[in-house]
Amino acid sequence: MTATRDIHIHVPVLTRVEGEGALELDVVNGEIERLNLRIFEPPRLFEKFVEGYECDQVIDMVARICGICPVAYQMSAVQAFERLFGFEPPDWLVAMRRVMYCGEWLQSHALHIHLLAAPDFLGFDSAIAMARDYPDAVKRGLNLQTLGNDLIGLFGGRSVHPVGVRVGGFYRAPREEDVAPILQRLRDALPATEALVDWTAGLEFPHDEQAFISVALSHPQEYAIGQGNLISGQGLETDISFFDSFFQEHQSPHSTALHATLDGRPYLTGPLARLNLNFHQLPKPVRQVMEGCGIHFPSHNMFHSIVARAIELHFAVFEAIRLLENYEVPQASYTVVTPQEGNAFGCTEAPRGFLWHRYDVDEKGIVRYARIVPPTSQNQGRIEEDIRQSLEKLGLDSPDEAIRLRAEQVIRNYDPCISCATHFLKLKLNRR
Amino acid sequence: MSRQKPKLAVHKFSSCDGCQLALLNLGEPLLQLPALVDIVHFAEAGPSDPAAKVDISLVEGSISTPEDVQRIQQVRENSEILVTVGACATAGGVQALANFANRNDWMSAVYTEPDQIETLQTSNAIADYVKVDWELQGCPINSRQVIGLLRDLLSGVRPREELQPVCMECKRKGLICTLVSLGEPCMGPVTRAGCGALCPAAGRGCYGCYGPAEQVNDASLLQRFSQLGLDRQALARRFHFIVNQAPAFKAAGERLKGGSHDRNA
Repeated sequence: MTATRDIHIHVPVLTRVEGEGALELDVVNGEIERLNLRIFEPPRLFEKFVEGYECDQVIDMVARICGICPVAYQMSAVQAFERLFGFEPPDWLVAMRRVMYCGEWLQSHALHIHLLAAPDFLGFDSAIAMARDYPDAVKRGLNLQTLGNDLIGLFGGRSVHPVGVRVGGFYRAPREEDVAPILQRLRDALPATEALVDWTAGLEFPHDEQAFISVALSHPQEYAIGQGNLISGQGLETDISFFDSFFQEHQSPHSTALHATLDGRPYLTGPLARLNLNFHQLPKPVRQVMEGCGIHFPSHNMFHSIVARAIELHFAVFEAIRLLENYEVPQASYTVVTPQEGNAFGCTEAPRGFLWHRYDVDEKGIVRYARIVPPTSQNQGRIEEDIRQSLEKLGLDSPDEAIRLRAEQVIRNYDPCISCATHFLKLKLNRR
Repeated sequence: MSRQKPKLAVHKFSSCDGCQLALLNLGEPLLQLPALVDIVHFAEAGPSDPAAKVDISLVEGSISTPEDVQRIQQVRENSEILVTVGACATAGGVQALANFANRNDWMSAVYTEPDQIETLQTSNAIADYVKVDWELQGCPINSRQVIGLLRDLLSGVRPREELQPVCMECKRKGLICTLVSLGEPCMGPVTRAGCGALCPAAGRGCYGCYGPAEQVNDASLLQRFSQLGLDRQALARRFHFIVNQAPAFKAAGERLKGGSHDRNA
């Protein structure tokens, strides 16, 4: 036992995360003295430069915040504009946007599980290296990722910065002959997604239960993706327009991403938070897969988030099949909607957590002010708290390399998308 | 190029990561990539050796911090061939819209402590700082483009640069003209091909994400836009959009705005 050993660990570039981040950790006299998850993506000032653009242009612009979850950005934005303009999306549109969103969950979760997270659990530094010993698992992941991308492409032409979403609907509805082969591929993939849940549940997890608050969207009729109220495990339930009354954002000296808190405390958003709060709404067959996998949910072990992601991936395929099964081309793929002046709020569940938007729009439909709260900046406080607790549990007398690996693995549990995390906010600073 | 398997690095600057996905979204063919090249640095995929000497560097993202400037010079020194990929690396990206404003004002208007964040006044193309050997246009680039370029470079073939407008791709696909026949505002006539006429095929006008074609005639495009009920400012907003700092788009937008940078006018 060398409790007085001083450790200074600096991981200059975190690999297998989306975007650029670093970790700084100082342990002095056996105690963590400094722990900074540094996000050094330069500020891109998105919220500022969408000012002066048309709503439909803003839908195309905000996609550029993140190449991995552009659909989430487009869906939160379009929801905000349509709520403001008093447009109630018809059933067909609600269902097809949900399918497109399932495509994004599928590709993003498959990418994260196989390419970013699994190498940690199996002791490789990349999926390409892992493919030599686990070729079938990696191929399954890549094929699921491709299927997700193709599902997005069905509605958006391409999977990165898709071009299909507009206020009032889709620019064009997919043709029946294009839907049929994808539906078949989804059906064929369903057993593989079920096997994936068991495969992730069979990984070795550290025992690391932590107390944390889960926050997610919740909808009375469905496992929430594209609409709902914000709820927490502690009894919060609010319409998304009152986000500001409950959640606060702060700038931190070591990061260009703002930290968010709920009533002054860090919280979790993302697959594990969603599953913890909404698992009872999973369709019965999906729930059976969850219950049979050997990991109990709700769970407060963040290492189980890879299993939660696999369950949601399985659900996304199940749901897309259900919604596409009786696909028909509608009479019109969109309705022309007249803009109205006012404050627009939108919130949907991006693959890595809820994504909240506010836009102030003028009577011509030009955006005059924007604020965007992405999931990774919300999770940042929780990630730092988690690393601290997780390393203390691992033992600060562990070898440097073990500490570094554990810290990186903890960070990847959150699937941080650091490109997304960059944004800014006009805020009142509350100093004690 | 060296006799051993060529070494490849993927470097990221200020960006959304979407162009790297042209590789990460390859699906199973991704597993064949190591047969062609030795991937020595690609942080998002795992391999991390940012200071390695390589045959080909793919560079995503724009330069917007003092540290970026040093880093790109190191990448240049270490790379035999440097390829910029996407709108951020080739033209500063959508975030270069901040170049039209006073970035300091924006920073201090919005961050409580802007001094804690070191940035340059502008978001710039890689070529503004170092010599670039090849460019791939697009926001984002697609897998076909990047694999095509890698294959050309690996087999010693000179890559062919796309200069035609999107209109040519519409013609080849047999699409009805969005701008003339359907009467939708479309940037296809002034935008470089390469996407496969993605937007016209999806039932909407092109919004210029592959940057300027060889010739940009904003005056005649304005005529057509006016017939469709859009004013100068609406067209200016379409030039000052995803690829706003590409010289031809930047100039066209400025002409339309009458020299004013007030986007709210």
